[in-house]
Amino acid sequence: MAMVTINEERCKGCGLCVRICPKKIMQLSETKLNSKGYHPAEVTDMEACMACAACARTCPDVVIQVEK
Amino acid sequence: MAIVFKKTSVLTDTIMHYCPGCGHGIVHRLVAEALEELNLQDKAVGVAPVGCAVFAYRYFNVDMQEAAHGRAPAVATGIKRVLGPESCVFTYQGDGDLASIGAAEIVHAAHRGEKITVIFINNAIYGMTGGQMAPTTLVGQRTTTSPYGRDMEHCGSPIRMSEMLATIDGSAFIERVALNSTANIQRAKKAIRKAFETQMAGKGFSMVEVLSTCPTNWGKSAVESMDWLESSMIPYYPLGVKKEV
Ligand SMILES: Cc1ncc(C[n+]2csc(CCOP(=O)(O)OP(=O)(O)O)c2C)c(N)n1
Ligand code: SF4
Ligand code: SF4
Ligand code: SF4
Repeated sequence: MAMVTINEERCKGCGLCVRICPKKIMQLSETKLNSKGYHPAEVTDMEACMACAACARTCPDVVIQVEK
Repeated sequence: MAIVFKKTSVLTDTIMHYCPGCGHGIVHRLVAEALEELNLQDKAVGVAPVGCAVFAYRYFNVDMQEAAHGRAPAVATGIKRVLGPESCVFTYQGDGDLASIGAAEIVHAAHRGEKITVIFINNAIYGMTGGQMAPTTLVGQRTTTSPYGRDMEHCGSPIRMSEMLATIDGSAFIERVALNSTANIQRAKKAIRKAFETQMAGKGFSMVEVLSTCPTNWGKSAVESMDWLESSMIPYYPLGVKKEV
């Protein structure tokens, strides 16, 4: 079991985590906006996550935490 | 559950002002984690540049000093010489700051073999001032001061600072790294650690050049910028260790 926690309020919707995730299970939310007006990143299929933390290591704003 | 990745306490909780997807944030994290892993947080003094990273002192949880444009290596020299070999002094500089207005300071800091570490962010443009051509701008790259693309006849070819400083006797460790993939990000962290270790061992001047992005002034999305770094910057700026004594 892996758990990826994204601090949505501090996400800038840059998409670098989406680009790098080897499992292709990240996307920018189509329904949510944070208070700065960015579409925050979200994980679409947490079951498929392998807790590699590639997303966290590419995030310029260091808003992703990964547990396993 | 066990933590696999968590933000380091060597970064403050202040929200970074950088544009979405800007490489500066990634490099800040790598520097902070390297200091934490080497247990250098209490010994570290960082020198912030003029450029987009001008507020770097707000983001690092270590002692910081701001320097005038390009002069960070001179300021770091003074700090290191006063505090002595126990201290870990680093500068954080953009390519406008280091390769343009600060070209003399960086060359002579390396030449004197100052025992400082330089984190050099090469994003091939002046970010803060709105996207002017830097000495590192690629041939053909469009900027506000090279609207038809950098012309080699007129402006010369992009400067490779790492290779140049590696020829100087006083430099002890120089490596060029990039932020385009997970493997390269991990290599960048290793290089930054190595640079700090070189300084603490008293071997001489150390620098890590990080190929980074400026999505805003490149006129590309953050994702396109990482792809452009990979396809255009890396072929001109070869990665790897340029000097190790
Ligand atoms: C003495 C002086 N000259 C010029 C400037 C204007 N200036 C501010 S930042 C900058 C260049 C920034 O580019 P770079 O160092 O590549 O950093 P980036 O913003 O891309 O991170 C310049 C020319 C200044 N602040 N001070
Ligand atoms: S931890 Fe790895 S697999 Fe899981 S979302 Fe992040 S990048 Fe994808
Ligand atoms: S990399 Fe970070 S800031 Fe960018 S979209 Fe992903 S979580 Fe948000
Ligand atoms: S202008 Fe460029 S270098 Fe400066 S914060 Fe924005 S993306 Fe980063």
